[in-house]
Amino acid sequence: MGMTMAEKIIAAAAGASEVKAGDIHTVELDRLMSNDGTTHLTIDMYNQLKEPRIADVNKLVWIVDHNVPCDSVKTAASHKKMRDFAKEHGIRFYEGAGVCHQVMMENHVTSGELIFGADSHTCAYGAVGAFGTGVGCTDYLYAMVTGKSWLLVPETLRFNLKGKLKEGVYARDLILSIIGMIGANGANYMAMEFGGEGLKTLNMSDRIAVCNLCVEAGAKTALMEVDEITLDYLKAHGREPKHCFASDDDAVFAHTYEIDLSTIKPIVAKPHFVDSVVDAKECVGTHIDEAFLGSCNNGRIEDLRVGAELIKGKKVHSLVRFLVVPASAEVYRQALSEGIIDTFMEAGAIVMNPNCSVCWGSCQGVIGENEVLISTGTRNFKGRAGHKDSFVYLASAATVTASAIKGEIATADMI
Amino acid sequence: MEKFSGKIWVLGDDIDTDIIIPTEYLALKTVKDMTPYAFSPLRPELAARIKEGDIIVAGKNFGCGSSREQAPEIIKALGIKCVIAKSFARIFFRNAINNGLLLIENETLRDAVCEGDKITVTINEAIEHKGIQYPITSLPENLVEIIKAGGLVKAMQKLNNSKG
Repeated sequence: MGMTMAEKIIAAAAGASEVKAGDIHTVELDRLMSNDGTTHLTIDMYNQLKEPRIADVNKLVWIVDHNVPCDSVKTAASHKKMRDFAKEHGIRFYEGAGVCHQVMMENHVTSGELIFGADSHTCAYGAVGAFGTGVGCTDYLYAMVTGKSWLLVPETLRFNLKGKLKEGVYARDLILSIIGMIGANGANYMAMEFGGEGLKTLNMSDRIAVCNLCVEAGAKTALMEVDEITLDYLKAHGREPKHCFASDDDAVFAHTYEIDLSTIKPIVAKPHFVDSVVDAKECVGTHIDEAFLGSCNNGRIEDLRVGAELIKGKKVHSLVRFLVVPASAEVYRQALSEGIIDTFMEAGAIVMNPNCSVCWGSCQGVIGENEVLISTGTRNFKGRAGHKDSFVYLASAATVTASAIKGEIATADMI
Repeated sequence: MEKFSGKIWVLGDDIDTDIIIPTEYLALKTVKDMTPYAFSPLRPELAARIKEGDIIVAGKNFGCGSSREQAPEIIKALGIKCVIAKSFARIFFRNAINNGLLLIENETLRDAVCEGDKITVTINEAIEHKGIQYPITSLPENLVEIIKAGGLVKAMQKLNNSKG
């Protein structure tokens, strides 16, 4: 019987010739990412173990990204613990290089790998056909010590893409539409796999944006077929694929969706759920206090270019704070060389160093009681961006920038 | 099979990890320090009213969102004996088991109960509410072992010790 991409990657990691959805397998992991959200907890547990050891230190990547630079004495202690441990054990360590998933995509992830990340948005790695999945710090610790873990082989939802996104519509609108369609637990425990002719119209930045947000539909992982765009991206970053898997023609999918990209419209996800999606036009005129362009979902150079083009020669509305946060140092420097940072600053935006920022409601830019944020971040849960009685709308870089200019939710065609 | 009874607190669908413990309290030193803020964006009064042995009954997709392991840890630290929901988000499910918090999936109980009701749970068999039995599926034995040990790290230590 044919296998899906997810099944093939797990089979390879389990050393099995065939696996099927519903089986539980012990797997060898290729890479283990952890960030300053929970690494201090992993270290505390590690130190409680009797004669602890790290199975393969070369597989570990630790990234400080949630609070950079550090915002409090408490966080400083947690960072120090992480930094010292990494140094002592020779763990690959980044601080200030960017949001963990963007740093991983730029420097480490390759096709066919099986990766645990102690962060829910690890499913982003599917953009290059890697099986990335989010775990808690205990699962992470177990994998760090043994090099292995157990996985339930997921069923797969297959998305056949055709056509092309219209001008002014972005990958962000596509994935929000899909989450709206299948619901916040529509892919719970499952893999979301993307392929078809339409995939070839999505560049790597688009693909990361789509895969990254699949956890908001509950997905265990997201996977995209490996093609020329994938291989070009890996080559440009000096990496080779491990395996180039595609699902077999007779692979079994739990459900197959046909998505015509040309039918997707600009979308807004309203508070407080990512699947509360509506046509962006329905939110036009909604008051905002802050706008955020950044995050592992939408803080790449392609997103900054969209925002810069809209805001060039215009000003951020006087009653709005517009935060622009490149997803990595690489993105930041590219934006500097293209004059994009200058464009944002000229317009009155607050440009910050790469970090998770207000997307996770700590460190920088948190919003106060009854305030409203429009964001390219990952989540709009109640209280996510600051005060428990505040409101987050999610939208594309274009819609967020247009709103920052207008001082209320607006779409790019209104600018 | 182990059997216990408890008073229930009833919650809705999509109880996310930012509801269970908002980001701003994650910097507190211990899980114990965080417990007063559990569920605070939704029900600020709840954490203070929960008593040892109480049970949470919720709708679908409980624990969706972040991989923060403080979420199940806090629920356990509040004294909650188990969470019964229509469904659980995947990462939360693994984290709860790994921290020794019992989770039970049941599609129909949530819509039949009122907050404050008493229910009786027989692990791997059924839930009893007002004389009605709601059958539950068994957790695999290895997961039950992890929960009984008090979590994955304790189970690992136990294994270590038994190996001498």
